[in-house]
Amino acid sequence: MKRMIGIRIILWTIVSLFILIGSSTALAQTKTVILSTTTSTQDSGLLDVLIPIFEKNTGYFVKTIAVGSGQAMAMGQKGEADVLLVHSPAAEKKFVAEGYGINRRIIMHNDFIIVGPPTDSAKIKGIKSASEAFKKIASVQALFLSRSDKSGTHTKEMDIWKSAGIKPDGEKWYQQTGLGMGQTLSVTAEKKGYTLADRGTYLALKKNLGLDILVEGDAILLNIYHVIEVNPAKWPKVSADGGKAFADFMVSKETQEIIKTFGVDKFGSPLFFPDAGKKEEELGK
Amino acid sequence: MDLILEGIKKAFWLLVTLDPEVLRITFLSLQISGTATLISLFIGISTGVMVALSRFTGRRIVVSLINTGMGLPPVVVGLFVTIFLWRNGPLGFLGILYTPAAMIIAQAVIATPIVMGITLAAIQQLPQKLRLQILALGATRLQMVWILIKEAKLPLLAAVMAGFGGVISEVGASIMVGGNIKGYSRVLTTATVMETSRGNFDIAIALGIILLLLAFCINYIITQIQQRHRA
Repeated sequence: MKRMIGIRIILWTIVSLFILIGSSTALAQTKTVILSTTTSTQDSGLLDVLIPIFEKNTGYFVKTIAVGSGQAMAMGQKGEADVLLVHSPAAEKKFVAEGYGINRRIIMHNDFIIVGPPTDSAKIKGIKSASEAFKKIASVQALFLSRSDKSGTHTKEMDIWKSAGIKPDGEKWYQQTGLGMGQTLSVTAEKKGYTLADRGTYLALKKNLGLDILVEGDAILLNIYHVIEVNPAKWPKVSADGGKAFADFMVSKETQEIIKTFGVDKFGSPLFFPDAGKKEEELGK
Repeated sequence: MDLILEGIKKAFWLLVTLDPEVLRITFLSLQISGTATLISLFIGISTGVMVALSRFTGRRIVVSLINTGMGLPPVVVGLFVTIFLWRNGPLGFLGILYTPAAMIIAQAVIATPIVMGITLAAIQQLPQKLRLQILALGATRLQMVWILIKEAKLPLLAAVMAGFGGVISEVGASIMVGGNIKGYSRVLTTATVMETSRGNFDIAIALGIILLLLAFCINYIITQIQQRHRA
């Protein structure tokens, strides 16, 4: 009996090691692509639709790592991703200029919105300019929630503060969540504050929030997504073919058609507008 | 409140209809955390017994380190495992970042000190004389260790439950080293985080309930073994 239990423990350990090894080698045989992207593309459900199609068409296995645009680019900079789908244009240009990325191509856009409680204590509803709205929020010291995570949304928010000529850092009414968009919206709703959000995530969460869209339509609020292949010349371990295949797939006609209608059935309006082949400057005009 | 009821309904529905996605996530959670726990038992019990039975200088520091390890923050473990497993990191050649194998490694690192610490305490609280008695009866050292382990069965099974409970409910490391990839490295905890940020609170609650049910079933089985000889 004694020995039996001992043998059993050893057997279990061997079995478990097999599972460990098995699960890692199973993957080594298929070609994989690491896609580093923003939470908004995953949280909206768009990638759940697109990636199975790509995998079926090409035989690649896609590992989607959904983080903020800042972290996505940091992964690319270290050669830990093959292709990026991000929405932080200024940082992207720098990323490509420094040689970390190649072949930056426009995929789609939607827009940012300023949301807040229906009571709107800062009276910003209907203001056309985002920076004017931010100025008003600052002047009445209404609570503003910032993501502060170097995401595309956070970068955009800082651009708007800059254009408003305000440095909100350290102000009492300016609180930093350090969380993703969904959670930041929840915090904003709980605290009845204001925040900047991408329309897709806001629409997806709207029913539980009780926040209204107060400012929209300003050109500065444009939210543009690009795909960038990580430069294989910098990092030899990067899957150049896989990255290119995914980027090509994103700009393909078939994919762009899917983007065009995605979300219409659920939200009554599309979440993203396909832009492949267009120039960034043409948008919002 | 409505939301919680909605979640319970959803959980029931997902279980009754045997939703394939949920089944896969549940099975993967069990597989990953189960494997990690087994590895941690192997390392934790053997090292724990060894430290418990030996005397050496600096022993108190080692014991303090083990006891501190029982509270290792999973995100910190996740961060270090990620850095080690990066393609261009020291263990990058393995190519296992963002795989279930990486999650097993991270979870085993989290569970091992828990098992080790409880084992250490369990073996040490056995009466000193017992060891001498066993040896006096002519047992070999290995036989003595085996008898001690059997004597400490109750707290050791508690170690199993603590280790398993620690990793099945863990999310920080799993999301960092596993990546929460659909149908591949998505487990109950990481799926719950994702559904919460998607605003699908009912599904998130449902997944939470399934996680609790799973943990209860496993602990019920282990408790059955633990309390077998009690009426």
